[in-house]
Amino acid sequence: MISEEHRIAITGNQAIAHAVRMARIHVVAAYPITPQTSVVEEIAEFCAAGKMDAKFIQTESEHSSMSACIGASMTGARAFTATSSQGLALMHEMLHWAVGARTPVILGEVNRALAAPWTILTDQSDSMAQRDTGWMQFYCANNQEVFDSTLLAFKVAEQVLLPAMVVLDAFVLSHSTEAVILPPQDLVDEYLPPRETPVKLDPDEPHAFGGMMFPDVFMEQRYKIEQSMDIAKEVILSEIEEWEKATGRQLKPLYPYRIDDAEVVVMCLGTAFGSVRYAVDKLRKEGIKAGGIRMWQYRPFPIKQLKELIPEGSQVGVIDRAVSFGISGPVGSEVKSVLSPESRNSVYGFIAGLGGREIQPESVESVFRAMLEGSADPVGINWVDVRK
Amino acid sequence: MSFDYKPYLRYEKLPHMWCPGCGIGIVVKAMIRAFDDLEWDPRDIAVVSGIGCTSRAPGYLNMNTLHTTHGRALSFATGIKMHRPDGNVVVIAGDGDSTAIGGNHLIHAARRNINITMIVNNNNIYGMTGGQYSPTTPLGAKAATAPYGNLEPSFDLPHLLRGAGASFVARGHVGNGRQLSTILKKGFAHNGFAFIEVVSNCHTQFGRRNRMADPMNMIKWISDRAKPLKKFGQMEEDDKAKYFPVGVLFEEKDRPEYTATYEKLIKKLSA
Repeated sequence: MISEEHRIAITGNQAIAHAVRMARIHVVAAYPITPQTSVVEEIAEFCAAGKMDAKFIQTESEHSSMSACIGASMTGARAFTATSSQGLALMHEMLHWAVGARTPVILGEVNRALAAPWTILTDQSDSMAQRDTGWMQFYCANNQEVFDSTLLAFKVAEQVLLPAMVVLDAFVLSHSTEAVILPPQDLVDEYLPPRETPVKLDPDEPHAFGGMMFPDVFMEQRYKIEQSMDIAKEVILSEIEEWEKATGRQLKPLYPYRIDDAEVVVMCLGTAFGSVRYAVDKLRKEGIKAGGIRMWQYRPFPIKQLKELIPEGSQVGVIDRAVSFGISGPVGSEVKSVLSPESRNSVYGFIAGLGGREIQPESVESVFRAMLEGSADPVGINWVDVRK
Repeated sequence: MSFDYKPYLRYEKLPHMWCPGCGIGIVVKAMIRAFDDLEWDPRDIAVVSGIGCTSRAPGYLNMNTLHTTHGRALSFATGIKMHRPDGNVVVIAGDGDSTAIGGNHLIHAARRNINITMIVNNNNIYGMTGGQYSPTTPLGAKAATAPYGNLEPSFDLPHLLRGAGASFVARGHVGNGRQLSTILKKGFAHNGFAFIEVVSNCHTQFGRRNRMADPMNMIKWISDRAKPLKKFGQMEEDDKAKYFPVGVLFEEKDRPEYTATYEKLIKKLSA
């Protein structure tokens, strides 16, 4: 089966578009925003060239794009949109709705910093601001992973009836060309069969959706969403296994690097992990037991895997590319809360790489050194590469 | 002596980011001439914009300027005007910005008849993001997201705005900067919501896909179709479809202006 695969050179945005095409999507609704735009342009080209049998709607705003996707998804269709930054922020109301309505919409999210002031460069403030909506989130570090994650996202989302975001760094992935292996269509068809949904808008069996829920049942509805998030943790693992069986490529909730005997660990999400690996190697040469972890699966939070991976007694520095102003970085505070019950690690929150500032190997090295020298603040924000 | 634009520009911000031959520069020039003719002090002018190529214009103007979010320039401008009704508030936006994502704000500002001048540089395309079709892309025209031609009928902006309640509706085009400046001047001086559509060129994103990649050809194509309102009115109905009227298309001077009405109410209640 694999013999028919194609190895092609494409950008991260094209990788999403190819995955969406191979997922035999029914409806794509989107609105232009840099640096997402080329995802949708590529899809429009596929539709025009007859390579896709999908309906494409260019809406009047991102809010409408997500609304249209939810509507399509409620009829049983497989629906997709892509956006960035302000576009994702504008979708916020509908992101909650997609979860509450249990519509497994897939969203290609190209990480771009939020305004004001304006920028089009990357950080994770846009997607982190949506962490409480109930969307699953997968942060990618190369274009192959973008492709694989998109197909996996469809497969998982449709089983647990929760929507999912495939997240990639603006420009570093979205507009950078890498080799990506595209599996043959029949392999994808076998992995991702047509969507089946138990309840939908169906003229033959009418239902009423979007009704009022009073306090006697509302909380139970929310509890069920959380239960589905829990189930998703297992579904993701089994779908990772299925995808590996089919393609030989393995996705991981957390990607460890030289972690086994590590005494000091740096964690991050996305492409900045290249700098983490570089810094780890450098420190290892000096005899320092450094290690790194990249988080691919952010929602649902891989609590079990994190506890298993982090060596007992090690110091952990979490680099966030987003700030929850007034307290810390979002991932940093979550890692603290996950590891704190056993109090077996010291966890420090670092903020770096906002608004497209590069996280260099030296930046990561300074994070390691701050922990090793004991100068990192265990409670407050530790700013990296900032002129104060 | 030739007109000196320098005092009205943040000269250190030049060169600008627009493509050579872009129509937006002509609009900015016409705005400056109109401000100057009216002898408006730049300190009393606020120019507000949203997102897109056109929305980069305020950044080059040496006055109070605000570059806001996509579609929301009129909402920001409404806030400014409510607190400072004594100042002159001007919004400049592109067609995608003002009629798609910002379409709701456009009709509601017009309905209130608030004293803001809204200039829409209509180049029929989303230029900055790469040439996606907008609500004013002509039916059948090609765009990055409409490779077989646009399937959606477009807005007739002057009709839309008149219907929404604008008390001044006008149209100019980038092929006649002098005329445009005169129209803008009337719009700025109007007491109420003034809407001015500027038929403009994006040869890079629209023209390239629709056999008008050369800016001069595209501006000529625009100029050839523009007819003064009076002449347009005398044309046969069949011919009208090939042309568009320019000038002040609709004007109602005595319609109550929103901030003035509000002020009156405050005075009445505090008396």
